[in-house]
Amino acid sequence: MPSLGADMQEGTLIEWSVKPGDRVKRGDIIGVVRTEKADIEIEVYHDGVVDQLLAKAGETLPVGAVLAVIREEGEEAAAASAPAIQPPAPAAVPTPSAARLHVSPLARRIAQELGVDLANVQGTGPHGEIIKEDVERAAVALKKPPAEKRAAPEFRAGMRRAIAAAMARSNREIPHYYLETKIDLQKALKFLEAENQKRSINDRLLSVVLLIKAVALALHDVPELNAYWVDDQLQLKDAVHIGFAISLRQGGLVVPAILDADRKNLDQLMQAMRDLITRARSGRLRSSEITDATVTITNLGDLGVETVHGVIYPPQVALVGFGRIIEIPWAENGMLGIRPVVTATLAGDHRATDGHRGAQFLTALNQHLQEPEKL
Amino acid sequence: MSEAEIRGAVSKILRKIAPEANLDRISPDENLREALDIDSFDFLNVMIGLHEELKIEIPESDYQKLRTLNDLVSYLSNRLK
Repeated sequence: MPSLGADMQEGTLIEWSVKPGDRVKRGDIIGVVRTEKADIEIEVYHDGVVDQLLAKAGETLPVGAVLAVIREEGEEAAAASAPAIQPPAPAAVPTPSAARLHVSPLARRIAQELGVDLANVQGTGPHGEIIKEDVERAAVALKKPPAEKRAAPEFRAGMRRAIAAAMARSNREIPHYYLETKIDLQKALKFLEAENQKRSINDRLLSVVLLIKAVALALHDVPELNAYWVDDQLQLKDAVHIGFAISLRQGGLVVPAILDADRKNLDQLMQAMRDLITRARSGRLRSSEITDATVTITNLGDLGVETVHGVIYPPQVALVGFGRIIEIPWAENGMLGIRPVVTATLAGDHRATDGHRGAQFLTALNQHLQEPEKL
Repeated sequence: MSEAEIRGAVSKILRKIAPEANLDRISPDENLREALDIDSFDFLNVMIGLHEELKIEIPESDYQKLRTLNDLVSYLSNRLK
Protein backbone atom coordinates (compact mmCIF):
# COMPACT_ATOMS: atom_id res chain seq x y z
CA MET A 1 0.00 0.00 0.00
CA PRO A 2 1.77 3.13 -1.17
CA SER A 3 1.85 6.25 0.93
CA LEU A 4 -0.13 8.84 -0.97
CA GLY A 5 0.12 11.69 1.45
CA ALA A 6 1.70 12.71 4.71
CA ASP A 7 -1.42 11.87 6.70
CA MET A 8 -2.34 8.64 4.95
CA GLN A 9 -2.48 5.70 7.36
CA GLU A 10 -4.31 3.16 5.25
CA GLY A 11 -6.08 2.66 1.94
CA THR A 12 -8.75 0.43 0.46
CA LEU A 13 -8.09 -1.54 -2.69
CA ILE A 14 -11.01 -0.85 -5.01
CA GLU A 15 -10.09 -3.00 -7.98
CA TRP A 16 -7.27 -4.60 -9.85
CA SER A 17 -6.88 -3.86 -13.54
CA VAL A 18 -4.44 -6.73 -14.03
CA LYS A 19 -4.45 -10.44 -13.26
CA PRO A 20 -1.67 -12.94 -12.45
CA GLY A 21 0.39 -13.66 -15.54
CA ASP A 22 -0.15 -10.23 -17.12
CA ARG A 23 2.93 -8.45 -18.35
CA VAL A 24 3.29 -4.90 -17.07
CA LYS A 25 5.70 -2.14 -17.82
CA ARG A 26 6.76 0.90 -15.86
CA GLY A 27 3.94 3.45 -15.69
CA ASP A 28 1.10 0.97 -16.27
CA ILE A 29 -1.94 1.30 -14.02
CA ILE A 30 -2.44 -1.92 -12.12
CA GLY A 31 -5.25 -1.00 -9.76
CA VAL A 32 -7.13 1.65 -7.85
CA VAL A 33 -6.74 2.51 -4.18
CA ARG A 34 -9.14 4.68 -2.23
CA THR A 35 -7.66 6.99 0.34
CA GLU A 36 -9.74 9.27 2.51
CA LYS A 37 -9.21 12.07 0.03
CA ALA A 38 -9.43 10.48 -3.39
CA ASP A 39 -9.36 7.37 -5.52
CA ILE A 40 -5.85 7.00 -6.87
CA GLU A 41 -4.68 4.93 -9.81
CA ILE A 42 -1.67 2.91 -8.72
CA GLU A 43 1.20 2.72 -11.16
CA VAL A 44 3.87 0.07 -11.39
CA TYR A 45 7.46 1.22 -11.29
CA HIS A 46 9.19 -1.77 -12.89
CA ASP A 47 8.66 -3.90 -15.97
CA GLY A 48 7.69 -7.46 -15.17
CA VAL A 49 4.96 -10.06 -14.83
CA VAL A 50 2.21 -10.03 -12.23
CA ASP A 51 2.94 -13.02 -10.01
CA GLN A 52 0.47 -12.71 -7.14
CA LEU A 53 -2.35 -10.36 -6.22
CA LEU A 54 -2.26 -10.54 -2.44
CA ALA A 55 -4.88 -7.95 -1.60
CA LYS A 56 -8.51 -8.44 -2.44
CA ALA A 57 -10.88 -5.76 -3.66
CA GLY A 58 -12.51 -4.15 -0.64
CA GLU A 59 -9.63 -4.80 1.72
CA THR A 60 -8.42 -1.88 3.80
CA LEU A 61 -4.69 -2.18 4.44
CA PRO A 62 -2.09 -0.08 6.23
CA VAL A 63 0.55 1.87 4.34
CA GLY A 64 3.42 -0.51 3.66
CA ALA A 65 1.34 -3.67 3.31
CA VAL A 66 2.24 -5.67 0.21
CA LEU A 67 -0.56 -5.57 -2.35
CA ALA A 68 0.97 -7.66 -5.11
CA VAL A 69 4.13 -9.40 -6.20
CA ILE A 70 5.56 -8.52 -9.60
CA ARG A 71 8.53 -10.52 -10.77
CA GLU A 72 11.00 -9.44 -13.35
CA GLU A 73 11.24 -11.24 -16.66
CA GLY A 74 13.13 -14.49 -16.20
CA GLU A 75 12.69 -14.52 -12.46
CA GLU A 76 10.96 -17.65 -11.25
CA ALA A 77 7.54 -17.37 -9.73
CA ALA A 78 8.11 -17.82 -6.02
CA ALA A 79 5.48 -19.44 -3.92
CA ALA A 80 7.41 -18.23 -0.93
CA SER A 81 7.03 -14.61 -1.86
CA ALA A 82 4.54 -13.99 0.88
CA PRO A 83 3.88 -10.45 2.00
CA ALA A 84 6.45 -8.96 4.32
CA ILE A 85 3.67 -7.26 6.18
CA GLN A 86 0.63 -9.35 6.87
CA PRO A 87 -2.40 -7.24 6.22
CA PRO A 88 -4.94 -6.98 9.00
CA ALA A 89 -8.50 -8.12 8.61
CA PRO A 90 -10.41 -5.89 6.25
CA ALA A 91 -11.85 -2.88 7.95
CA ALA A 92 -15.53 -2.18 7.71
CA VAL A 93 -16.37 0.18 4.91
CA PRO A 94 -19.73 1.91 5.05
CA THR A 95 -22.23 0.84 2.45
CA PRO A 96 -22.90 3.70 0.10
CA SER A 97 -26.12 5.53 0.60
CA ALA A 98 -28.41 6.35 -2.29
CA ALA A 99 -27.16 9.91 -2.18
CA ARG A 100 -23.52 8.95 -2.66
CA LEU A 101 -22.08 7.08 -5.58
CA HIS A 102 -18.95 5.01 -5.16
CA VAL A 103 -17.35 4.77 -8.57
CA SER A 104 -13.91 3.60 -9.48
CA PRO A 105 -11.93 6.09 -11.61
CA LEU A 106 -11.76 3.58 -14.45
CA ALA A 107 -15.53 3.12 -14.35
CA ARG A 108 -16.07 6.88 -14.20
CA ARG A 109 -13.88 7.38 -17.26
CA ILE A 110 -15.60 4.64 -19.25
CA ALA A 111 -19.00 6.01 -18.23
CA GLN A 112 -18.02 9.40 -19.56
CA GLU A 113 -16.79 7.88 -22.81
CA LEU A 114 -19.92 5.76 -23.29
CA GLY A 115 -22.38 8.40 -22.10
CA VAL A 116 -23.62 6.28 -19.21
CA ASP A 117 -25.39 8.06 -16.36
CA LEU A 118 -23.78 6.64 -13.23
CA ALA A 119 -26.83 7.51 -11.17
CA ASN A 120 -28.65 4.69 -13.02
CA VAL A 121 -25.93 2.08 -12.64
CA GLN A 122 -26.07 -0.62 -9.99
CA GLY A 123 -22.64 -1.24 -8.52
CA THR A 124 -21.51 -4.82 -8.03
CA GLY A 125 -18.00 -4.10 -6.77
CA PRO A 126 -16.93 -4.21 -3.17
CA HIS A 127 -19.52 -2.54 -0.95
CA GLY A 128 -21.62 -1.50 -3.90
CA GLU A 129 -18.76 0.13 -5.83
CA ILE A 130 -19.55 0.81 -9.49
CA ILE A 131 -16.80 -0.88 -11.45
CA LYS A 132 -16.05 -0.93 -15.16
CA GLU A 133 -18.06 -4.11 -15.79
CA ASP A 134 -21.16 -2.43 -14.34
CA VAL A 135 -20.74 0.53 -16.67
CA GLU A 136 -20.16 -1.69 -19.68
CA ARG A 137 -23.32 -3.65 -18.86
CA ALA A 138 -25.30 -0.43 -18.50
CA ALA A 139 -23.93 0.87 -21.80
CA VAL A 140 -25.12 -2.25 -23.62
CA ALA A 141 -28.58 -1.90 -22.07
CA LEU A 142 -28.90 1.72 -23.05
CA LYS A 143 -30.31 2.59 -26.45
CA LYS A 144 -28.98 6.10 -26.18
CA PRO A 145 -27.31 8.19 -23.53
CA PRO A 146 -29.57 10.12 -21.18
CA ALA A 147 -30.46 13.60 -22.35
CA GLU A 148 -29.41 15.16 -19.08
CA LYS A 149 -26.98 13.88 -16.58
CA ARG A 150 -27.44 14.93 -12.99
CA ALA A 151 -24.98 13.55 -10.56
CA ALA A 152 -26.36 12.71 -7.17
CA PRO A 153 -25.14 15.06 -4.49
CA GLU A 154 -22.08 13.61 -2.82
CA PHE A 155 -20.61 14.35 0.50
CA ARG A 156 -17.11 13.04 0.78
CA ALA A 157 -17.14 12.25 4.46
CA GLY A 158 -13.79 10.57 4.23
CA MET A 159 -12.28 13.60 2.59
CA ARG A 160 -13.64 15.85 5.32
CA ARG A 161 -12.12 13.51 7.90
CA ALA A 162 -8.73 13.68 6.19
CA ILE A 163 -8.87 17.47 5.92
CA ALA A 164 -10.03 17.70 9.51
CA ALA A 165 -7.16 15.51 10.73
CA ALA A 166 -4.51 17.47 8.84
CA MET A 167 -5.88 20.89 9.77
CA ALA A 168 -6.45 20.00 13.42
CA ARG A 169 -2.88 18.74 13.61
CA SER A 170 -1.68 21.92 11.97
CA ASN A 171 -3.53 24.19 14.37
CA ARG A 172 -2.44 22.05 17.32
CA GLU A 173 1.24 21.83 16.44
CA ILE A 174 2.13 24.79 14.27
CA PRO A 175 2.43 28.28 15.73
CA HIS A 176 1.28 30.21 12.68
CA TYR A 177 2.22 33.77 11.89
CA TYR A 178 0.56 35.72 9.12
CA LEU A 179 1.86 38.46 6.85
CA GLU A 180 0.15 40.09 3.94
CA THR A 181 1.01 42.54 1.22
CA LYS A 182 -0.71 44.13 -1.72
CA ILE A 183 1.02 43.57 -5.04
CA ASP A 184 0.54 45.77 -8.09
CA LEU A 185 -0.12 43.41 -11.01
CA GLN A 186 -0.29 45.98 -13.78
CA LYS A 187 2.95 44.89 -15.42
CA ALA A 188 2.20 41.21 -14.94
CA LEU A 189 -1.29 41.44 -16.42
CA LYS A 190 -0.13 43.53 -19.38
CA PHE A 191 2.56 40.95 -20.02
CA LEU A 192 -0.05 38.20 -19.77
CA GLU A 193 -2.42 39.98 -22.14
CA ALA A 194 0.35 40.40 -24.71
CA GLU A 195 1.39 36.77 -24.33
CA ASN A 196 -2.17 35.53 -24.72
CA GLN A 197 -2.72 37.60 -27.84
CA LYS A 198 0.10 35.59 -29.44
CA ARG A 199 -1.45 32.29 -28.42
CA SER A 200 -4.33 30.23 -29.71
CA ILE A 201 -7.18 29.87 -27.25
CA ASN A 202 -6.00 26.39 -26.31
CA ASP A 203 -2.62 27.71 -25.22
CA ARG A 204 -3.70 30.76 -23.24
CA LEU A 205 -2.24 31.29 -19.81
CA LEU A 206 -4.16 32.09 -16.64
CA SER A 207 -2.88 34.74 -14.27
CA VAL A 208 -2.44 32.15 -11.52
CA VAL A 209 0.40 30.63 -13.54
CA LEU A 210 2.40 33.84 -13.10
CA LEU A 211 1.70 33.72 -9.36
CA ILE A 212 2.85 30.10 -9.10
CA LYS A 213 6.09 30.80 -10.94
CA ALA A 214 6.77 33.92 -8.87
CA VAL A 215 6.25 31.92 -5.66
CA ALA A 216 8.60 29.22 -6.92
CA LEU A 217 11.32 31.78 -7.67
CA ALA A 218 10.79 33.63 -4.38
CA LEU A 219 11.37 30.33 -2.57
CA HIS A 220 14.87 30.31 -4.02
CA ASP A 221 15.39 33.68 -2.34
CA VAL A 222 14.04 32.44 1.00
CA PRO A 223 14.65 28.67 1.00
CA GLU A 224 13.65 28.21 4.65
CA LEU A 225 10.03 28.37 3.51
CA ASN A 226 10.51 25.51 1.07
CA ALA A 227 11.00 22.93 3.77
CA TYR A 228 9.50 20.42 6.19
CA TRP A 229 9.45 20.60 9.97
CA VAL A 230 10.17 17.06 11.17
CA ASP A 231 11.34 15.89 14.60
CA ASP A 232 11.83 19.46 15.80
CA GLN A 233 14.16 20.20 12.92
CA LEU A 234 13.90 22.20 9.74
CA GLN A 235 14.64 20.11 6.67
CA LEU A 236 15.27 22.27 3.63
CA LYS A 237 14.09 20.84 0.32
CA ASP A 238 16.13 21.28 -2.85
CA ALA A 239 13.25 20.74 -5.23
CA VAL A 240 10.34 23.16 -5.32
CA HIS A 241 7.14 21.11 -5.53
CA ILE A 242 4.20 23.44 -5.25
CA GLY A 243 1.02 21.96 -3.85
CA PHE A 244 -1.88 23.54 -5.62
CA ALA A 245 -5.20 23.38 -3.79
CA ILE A 246 -7.90 22.19 -6.20
CA SER A 247 -11.52 22.27 -5.11
CA LEU A 248 -13.64 19.38 -6.30
CA ARG A 249 -17.15 19.92 -7.63
CA GLN A 250 -18.53 17.27 -5.30
CA GLY A 251 -16.99 19.06 -2.31
CA GLY A 252 -13.63 18.97 -0.58
CA LEU A 253 -10.24 19.58 -2.07
CA VAL A 254 -7.06 17.83 -3.05
CA VAL A 255 -3.57 19.27 -3.18
CA PRO A 256 -1.49 17.54 -5.82
CA ALA A 257 1.95 18.93 -6.47
CA ILE A 258 3.28 20.70 -9.53
CA LEU A 259 6.72 19.16 -9.51
CA ASP A 260 9.81 21.30 -10.02
CA ALA A 261 7.68 24.39 -10.55
CA ASP A 262 10.75 26.64 -10.43
CA ARG A 263 12.25 24.88 -13.45
CA LYS A 264 9.14 25.00 -15.62
CA ASN A 265 8.40 27.83 -18.02
CA LEU A 266 4.95 29.41 -18.03
CA ASP A 267 3.60 27.15 -20.77
CA GLN A 268 4.84 24.05 -18.95
CA LEU A 269 3.30 25.28 -15.72
CA MET A 270 -0.03 25.93 -17.42
CA GLN A 271 0.06 22.46 -18.92
CA ALA A 272 0.94 20.89 -15.59
CA MET A 273 -1.85 22.79 -13.84
CA ARG A 274 -4.38 21.90 -16.52
CA ASP A 275 -3.37 18.28 -16.31
CA LEU A 276 -3.65 18.18 -12.52
CA ILE A 277 -7.01 19.96 -12.37
CA THR A 278 -8.49 17.75 -15.07
CA ARG A 279 -7.24 14.58 -13.42
CA ALA A 280 -8.24 15.67 -9.94
CA ARG A 281 -11.78 16.50 -11.00
CA SER A 282 -12.29 13.30 -12.96
CA GLY A 283 -10.80 11.06 -10.29
CA ARG A 284 -7.76 10.19 -12.34
CA LEU A 285 -4.89 11.28 -10.17
CA ARG A 286 -2.02 8.88 -10.31
CA SER A 287 0.03 7.82 -7.36
CA SER A 288 3.07 9.56 -8.80
CA GLU A 289 1.11 12.81 -8.90
CA ILE A 290 0.24 12.70 -5.20
CA THR A 291 3.72 13.66 -4.22
CA ASP A 292 4.14 15.53 -1.01
CA ALA A 293 4.38 19.19 -1.84
CA THR A 294 7.09 21.32 -0.27
CA VAL A 295 4.82 24.37 -0.02
CA THR A 296 1.17 25.05 -0.82
CA ILE A 297 -0.60 27.79 -2.75
CA THR A 298 -4.28 28.55 -2.19
CA ASN A 299 -5.90 30.86 -4.69
CA LEU A 300 -9.44 31.89 -3.78
CA GLY A 301 -9.60 34.89 -6.06
CA ASP A 302 -12.20 33.31 -8.31
CA LEU A 303 -14.60 33.21 -5.39
CA GLY A 304 -14.31 36.92 -4.73
CA VAL A 305 -12.21 36.57 -1.59
CA GLU A 306 -9.74 39.40 -1.17
CA THR A 307 -7.46 37.97 1.53
CA VAL A 308 -6.64 34.35 2.35
CA HIS A 309 -5.39 33.37 5.80
CA GLY A 310 -4.53 29.74 5.18
CA VAL A 311 -3.63 26.83 7.42
CA ILE A 312 -0.26 25.21 6.79
CA TYR A 313 -0.33 21.58 5.66
CA PRO A 314 2.17 19.73 7.88
CA PRO A 315 5.02 18.92 7.62
CA GLN A 316 5.28 21.95 5.32
CA VAL A 317 6.21 25.24 6.94
CA ALA A 318 4.46 27.75 4.70
CA LEU A 319 1.31 28.41 2.76
CA VAL A 320 0.88 31.25 0.29
CA GLY A 321 -2.60 32.63 -0.32
CA PHE A 322 -3.88 34.81 -3.12
CA GLY A 323 -7.17 36.67 -3.25
CA ARG A 324 -9.10 38.38 -5.98
CA ILE A 325 -7.40 40.80 -8.32
CA ILE A 326 -9.15 44.11 -7.81
CA GLU A 327 -8.69 47.59 -9.16
CA ILE A 328 -7.90 50.12 -6.46
CA PRO A 329 -6.44 53.62 -6.21
CA TRP A 330 -2.67 53.25 -6.07
CA ALA A 331 -0.22 56.01 -5.22
CA GLU A 332 3.32 55.76 -6.57
CA ASN A 333 6.02 58.40 -7.02
CA GLY A 334 3.57 61.07 -5.97
CA MET A 335 1.06 60.04 -8.62
CA LEU A 336 -2.33 58.50 -8.04
CA GLY A 337 -3.70 55.94 -10.46
CA ILE A 338 -5.88 52.86 -10.68
CA ARG A 339 -4.03 49.55 -10.58
CA PRO A 340 -5.01 45.88 -10.57
CA VAL A 341 -3.85 44.60 -7.21
CA VAL A 342 -3.78 41.22 -5.50
CA THR A 343 -3.38 40.61 -1.79
CA ALA A 344 -0.74 37.94 -1.16
CA THR A 345 -0.55 36.36 2.27
CA LEU A 346 2.00 34.16 3.87
CA ALA A 347 1.13 31.73 6.63
CA GLY A 348 4.45 30.77 8.20
CA ASP A 349 5.45 28.21 10.81
CA HIS A 350 7.08 30.24 13.57
CA ARG A 351 9.17 27.24 14.63
CA ALA A 352 10.84 27.30 11.22
CA THR A 353 11.04 31.00 10.36
CA ASP A 354 10.19 34.33 11.81
CA GLY A 355 8.35 37.30 10.43
CA HIS A 356 11.55 38.87 9.13
CA ARG A 357 12.20 36.02 6.70
CA GLY A 358 8.52 35.88 5.87
CA ALA A 359 8.57 39.54 4.96
CA GLN A 360 11.63 38.96 2.76
CA PHE A 361 9.71 36.25 0.95
CA LEU A 362 6.76 38.56 0.20
CA THR A 363 9.17 41.27 -0.96
CA ALA A 364 10.86 38.79 -3.29
CA LEU A 365 7.46 37.63 -4.56
CA ASN A 366 6.54 41.22 -5.37
CA GLN A 367 9.85 41.81 -7.14
CA HIS A 368 9.44 38.74 -9.36
CA LEU A 369 5.94 39.84 -10.33
CA GLN A 370 7.28 43.28 -11.31
CA GLU A 371 9.52 41.56 -13.87
CA PRO A 372 7.05 39.21 -15.55
CA GLU A 373 9.20 38.78 -18.65
CA LYS A 374 11.73 36.94 -16.45
CA LEU A 375 9.19 34.47 -15.08
CA MET B 1 -27.16 29.43 -36.87
CA SER B 2 -30.32 30.23 -34.91
CA GLU B 3 -30.34 31.60 -31.39
CA ALA B 4 -31.88 28.36 -30.16
CA GLU B 5 -29.03 26.39 -31.72
CA ILE B 6 -26.47 28.66 -30.13
CA ARG B 7 -28.19 28.32 -26.76
CA GLY B 8 -28.12 24.55 -27.22
CA ALA B 9 -24.42 24.57 -28.02
CA VAL B 10 -23.66 26.71 -24.99
CA SER B 11 -25.73 24.46 -22.74
CA LYS B 12 -23.94 21.39 -24.05
CA ILE B 13 -20.57 22.88 -23.14
CA LEU B 14 -21.72 24.07 -19.73
CA ARG B 15 -23.06 20.58 -18.96
CA LYS B 16 -19.61 19.16 -19.59
CA ILE B 17 -18.05 21.70 -17.25
CA ALA B 18 -20.69 21.46 -14.51
CA PRO B 19 -22.42 18.10 -15.01
CA GLU B 20 -24.21 18.25 -11.68
CA ALA B 21 -25.88 21.58 -12.40
CA ASN B 22 -29.48 21.88 -13.54
CA LEU B 23 -29.20 24.48 -16.28
CA ASP B 24 -32.99 24.73 -16.56
CA ARG B 25 -33.04 26.34 -13.14
CA ILE B 26 -30.55 29.05 -14.04
CA SER B 27 -31.96 32.37 -15.08
CA PRO B 28 -30.63 33.62 -18.44
CA ASP B 29 -29.54 36.79 -16.66
CA GLU B 30 -27.83 35.08 -13.74
CA ASN B 31 -24.07 35.33 -13.34
CA LEU B 32 -22.86 32.00 -14.73
CA ARG B 33 -19.65 31.85 -12.73
CA GLU B 34 -21.54 32.23 -9.49
CA ALA B 35 -24.51 30.07 -10.45
CA LEU B 36 -22.39 27.18 -11.70
CA ASP B 37 -19.42 27.66 -9.37
CA ILE B 38 -17.14 28.12 -12.36
CA ASP B 39 -13.58 29.18 -11.71
CA SER B 40 -11.19 30.77 -14.18
CA PHE B 41 -9.92 27.36 -15.33
CA ASP B 42 -13.50 26.21 -16.04
CA PHE B 43 -14.26 29.48 -17.79
CA LEU B 44 -11.26 29.04 -20.07
CA ASN B 45 -12.54 25.56 -20.86
CA VAL B 46 -15.94 27.05 -21.77
CA MET B 47 -14.16 29.39 -24.17
CA ILE B 48 -12.19 26.48 -25.64
CA GLY B 49 -15.41 24.47 -25.93
CA LEU B 50 -17.13 27.30 -27.80
CA HIS B 51 -14.15 27.56 -30.11
CA GLU B 52 -14.31 23.86 -30.89
CA GLU B 53 -18.09 23.77 -31.24
CA LEU B 54 -18.74 27.03 -33.08
CA LYS B 55 -15.31 27.81 -34.56
CA ILE B 56 -15.25 31.20 -32.83
CA GLU B 57 -12.14 32.36 -31.02
CA ILE B 58 -13.16 34.76 -28.29
CA PRO B 59 -10.43 37.26 -27.39
CA GLU B 60 -9.51 37.51 -23.74
CA SER B 61 -10.48 41.18 -23.72
CA ASP B 62 -14.11 40.16 -24.33
CA TYR B 63 -14.34 37.76 -21.38
CA GLN B 64 -15.70 40.42 -19.08
CA LYS B 65 -18.68 40.94 -21.39
CA LEU B 66 -19.72 37.31 -20.98
CA ARG B 67 -21.28 37.05 -17.54
CA THR B 68 -24.67 35.49 -18.23
CA LEU B 69 -26.23 32.96 -20.58
CA ASN B 70 -27.91 35.83 -22.42
CA ASP B 71 -24.57 37.64 -22.74
CA LEU B 72 -23.02 34.56 -24.32
CA VAL B 73 -25.88 33.89 -26.72
CA SER B 74 -26.07 37.54 -27.77
CA TYR B 75 -22.30 37.82 -28.24
CA LEU B 76 -22.10 34.61 -30.24
CA SER B 77 -25.13 35.53 -32.38
CA ASN B 78 -23.42 38.75 -33.37
CA ARG B 79 -20.15 37.02 -34.12
CA LEU B 80 -21.86 34.36 -36.23
CA LYS B 81 -23.79 36.82 -38.40
